[in-house]
Amino acid sequence: MKKIISFLDKKAIAGLRVGDEVFLTGIIYTARDQAHKRLAEVIRKKEKLPFALKGAIIYYCGPAKTPKGRIIGSCGPTTSSRMDEFTLCLLEKGLKGMIGKGDRSGEVAAAIKKYKAVYFLTYAGCGALMASYIRSAEVLAYQDLGPEAIYRLRVEKFPLLVAIDSKGRDIYK
Amino acid sequence: MKIISAKKITETIRNLCLKANLDLRNDVLAALKLARLREKNKRARNILDAIVKNAFIAREERLAICQDTGIPCVFVELGQDVKINGDLNKAINKGIVQGYKNGFFRESIVKEPISRKESGYTPTVIHIDIVGGDKLKLTVLPKGFGCENKSQLKMFNPTAKIEEIKEFIIEAVKAAGPDACPPYVVGVGIGGTADLAMLLAKKSLLRRLQTPNSKLQTLEKELLNKINHLNIGPMGLGGNTTALAVNIEIYPTHIAGLPVAVNISCHALRSATKTL
Repeated sequence: MKKIISFLDKKAIAGLRVGDEVFLTGIIYTARDQAHKRLAEVIRKKEKLPFALKGAIIYYCGPAKTPKGRIIGSCGPTTSSRMDEFTLCLLEKGLKGMIGKGDRSGEVAAAIKKYKAVYFLTYAGCGALMASYIRSAEVLAYQDLGPEAIYRLRVEKFPLLVAIDSKGRDIYK
Repeated sequence: MKIISAKKITETIRNLCLKANLDLRNDVLAALKLARLREKNKRARNILDAIVKNAFIAREERLAICQDTGIPCVFVELGQDVKINGDLNKAINKGIVQGYKNGFFRESIVKEPISRKESGYTPTVIHIDIVGGDKLKLTVLPKGFGCENKSQLKMFNPTAKIEEIKEFIIEAVKAAGPDACPPYVVGVGIGGTADLAMLLAKKSLLRRLQTPNSKLQTLEKELLNKINHLNIGPMGLGGNTTALAVNIEIYPTHIAGLPVAVNISCHALRSATKTL
């Protein structure tokens, strides 16, 4: 089923079922390996997070540089499973959506169910196409990480596919 | 004796980096389109359409096909009658920096593999073969790490059956599963030493997908057929397009061993070549 969402509140999450095609218009945050390592460290030390995780959607992505006159460069998803070891503590802090490619560990799938979150897929290896759905982009934190910095992205009709829903149903199982 | 300047090499590498990352290889595009026609799964067809569309956007708008512009592996075939004026390694790395900067590509290389410090564009990985003649052939293969991470090597006993080798290759594709951006091109290297088998597997990705290895086409075809029955499909969501091709390269080996290496490429198999 095709659905349109703008944020992930309880109602939106409950309405999403594994296999649903979703178009997201709203805010997402990029974070990949090194940013995850830092976020997990911040949480462990009980320091202040660079953005509110409650209700947030993270996109596993390290964009290319931004060509002159453009909003963003090529920006497709990276392999999600590398983020598995850091995902539990983020879900605990209120993270509601994750966007990436490939499957997740059983532990992450169980945590998605426990915390009522959603894992989405988007077109993998299609960075140029994904750039066309982005309306604004700014570096929000960890600029020193270069391509692994956290970007705040405003997206429009960003195409997603529900891969693990809040009931723990998994498209790969 | 032919003289080629380091400057000319830098300029050539620069252009090859841009071409490889912005213009998807015609043989790869043709294989994707053919797969789209043959694909029976609706969702898989949809994804293949997006992949083809992505290639056109990249070409038209000069955006990298994939944000992971990889480690731009460089293959050099240096004719022994060529004299290079200047430093070949420096010239190549300089060309990469120029090309990657110009294309606004990602700084995907960390100088320190353990501490992960300092990301940038270089140094890259360079393979040099000395050959006869007075030509210099340069190839750039930007290899993303989603798929590079799925590389496998197995040192078989020399008495291993061909069925065991086939199983190892198929299992490597299964292990890559949905993670490495299927549909894949499966590069295989058989023989030589551990290191050479890996290199052959990677080099095989440079061969046109529609051109089989004349000595091994039955094996390549059989493996492709088996892999496309795994139902992994584009993005791992099912379908009969798990691989676009299986390319195998072989080399003589030792009486005591049989190295087999698998180097998988994602669907965005990118490379560009120029001979000077």
